[in-house]
Amino acid sequence: MKHLSLYFLISALVIVPGIYSLVRFGLKPSIEFTGGSRFTLVSVKSSASDTLQSFKDYAPVLESVDNSSITIKSKEISQESVQKILDSIKKYNPDVKLTNFETIGPALGQETIKKTTNALIIASILLLSYISFAFKQFKYGLCAVLAMFHDTLVLLGSFSLLGHFMGVEVDLLFVTAVLTILSFSVHDTIVVYDRIRELSHKHKNIDYISLVNQAVTETMTRSLNNSLTIIFMLFAMFLIGGETTKYFSLALLIGTITGTYSSTFTAAPLLIVWDKYFGHKK
Amino acid sequence: MPRLNYKIGNLDFGQEIELKQGLDIKGGLQVVLSADMKDLSPADRTSALESLKNVIGRRVDLFGVSESGIKTAVSGSDYRLILELPGVTDSEQALALIGQTAQMAFALPIYTPGKTASESATLTGFDPTDLTGADLQRATVTFESQDRSPAVSLTFKDSGKTKFAKLTKENIGKPIAILLDGYPLTMPTVQAEIIDGNAIITGQFTTDEAKALSVQLNAGALPVPVSILSQKNIPATLGADSIKKSITAGAIGLSMVIFFMIAYYGKMGVIASIGLVLYGLFTLALYKLIPVVLSLPGIAGFLLSVGMAVDSNILVFERYKEEIRAGRDWRVGLELAFGRAWDSIKDANTATIITGLILFNPLEWSFLNTSGSVRGFALTLILGIFISLFTGIVVTRNLLRLFFKGKSASSLRGGTPTRQSI
Repeated sequence: MKHLSLYFLISALVIVPGIYSLVRFGLKPSIEFTGGSRFTLVSVKSSASDTLQSFKDYAPVLESVDNSSITIKSKEISQESVQKILDSIKKYNPDVKLTNFETIGPALGQETIKKTTNALIIASILLLSYISFAFKQFKYGLCAVLAMFHDTLVLLGSFSLLGHFMGVEVDLLFVTAVLTILSFSVHDTIVVYDRIRELSHKHKNIDYISLVNQAVTETMTRSLNNSLTIIFMLFAMFLIGGETTKYFSLALLIGTITGTYSSTFTAAPLLIVWDKYFGHKK
Repeated sequence: MPRLNYKIGNLDFGQEIELKQGLDIKGGLQVVLSADMKDLSPADRTSALESLKNVIGRRVDLFGVSESGIKTAVSGSDYRLILELPGVTDSEQALALIGQTAQMAFALPIYTPGKTASESATLTGFDPTDLTGADLQRATVTFESQDRSPAVSLTFKDSGKTKFAKLTKENIGKPIAILLDGYPLTMPTVQAEIIDGNAIITGQFTTDEAKALSVQLNAGALPVPVSILSQKNIPATLGADSIKKSITAGAIGLSMVIFFMIAYYGKMGVIASIGLVLYGLFTLALYKLIPVVLSLPGIAGFLLSVGMAVDSNILVFERYKEEIRAGRDWRVGLELAFGRAWDSIKDANTATIITGLILFNPLEWSFLNTSGSVRGFALTLILGIFISLFTGIVVTRNLLRLFFKGKSASSLRGGTPTRQSI
């Protein structure tokens, strides 16, 4: 743990742009959070902009165009109304058909945000208490949860940037990914902390920094190997898995990488910092 | 979903392994309906929602959709029905039928006499009368004065009194059907002309049955309009395409993991890979048994848990290497490695299970999410952890004890190879 400040600097280099983007651009919420509709029309003959024009009362946004199919995101609209509009443009698009239709009321979106926040808070509190209890010291719980927030910030920041530059949306699956990463991050940190706990029983006289150092070195291979196996899985899912789970896999992938980094280079150094300022003076 | 085909010798397991597929894979229609309960007293709302569920359930049955699902959900002052209709493509027609407000009507049953004298008459239809649910004030459960048996009393509004009096007068000794949504709730036989608009339906009711009937009658008297809160049409092709890709991705990822484990850990890696394949088979078997409805996020959860399943193996193997380096015999080292790695395996997996449970929300707390996709993911993740603990610790350990032979401690140090026997 010679380069404490370097480790924190690397974290900062990743997190700061993410936070900047979060504050500046925020996340791009999907209709699951904002409420609204999304639908796909096939066999469209008119140009995309003309088609959009016919839905102008519902604030339409073009999401994707593929051959003759168009996906449109708009304010909440009923299937009936879409059908009516389609009937009105039948003259130019005789075969136009609605295939994919999804609509979510705004109340439901608000509720999802509230429930997600609840889940995050409850998960943090439970994990904090469990780790503090399992390791019999509050600092372990706190540092593990701080490392967990580190990973969450990296993930949120990345998706804020992705959202701004590539239009990637944050949906319910993303929330699931965030919560999974919380547990993965803690999972990895616990393995390192467990080693510290074990070593501290074995060597009573060694100073805390060397102890943490040794624990990190000893668990490094395991940490890397384990993450590699998960990364193999996720990478395959990201590249060849279906469209629906593509960004879900990406979120998990980013989270796994930062989770591996943080358990060694954030969670362990944090313990040393904590010990330096609040530890028992000898 | 392409069926999984396993053939071992002459045994074909393909038939058995067909998993329940979620809506996002099969395609279909998902609708969340909101029931407008503002005209109902808060005490009646929960039972009104139940009655609505029955009514809409019957309508859904008309489509002949298999494995359709209806769930009720109460969120604050919002009463909801969540419908899943796999395979329904004409969503417009489906919604037009489902979204109707249930109407109650009084009708006269039409009997067609049997062809022969011995054959009894069959009920073939209903002849509607002008008396409807709008004429009913309310229904309550009462108890008969003589034997205290449960019954249902009806009170009609002024508009209904005369209609009901006329109806009863004309049909003394005959049955009158009360239809909700065209489906007979009850068919009491008229005993006498009732002019004051107060009737009692008796029968062999239990208290619960009487209560259920009164709830349904009240729902008919005060219909609950429903509106669409959210709707999702999923074309089946999208699901089929996604699942094919996910399975390919899973197979490639899995072979990479196996390749890595064998390349890095040699013989131990082979045994861990056997454990991993067993893990996959156990998981599929459990999905089939429970049964777990397979959705795309669920598949993602499964694949992620495969990645995590090898974690306990890696922890143990790294431990084993350390013990060997410390100069222990491989047998001792192996047992020690399993024992010592357990502490971190236990704590680490508990943390994952905690998050998994929050996502799965087993007690259906309304302040946590109840979304099907998130819960599907959480369920496969939690199951994955438990099965991986079993295959990663118990199965692999015994396989290693049986088939693994390490180098003895002395030969590793480069001394004369002396095999120790224990």
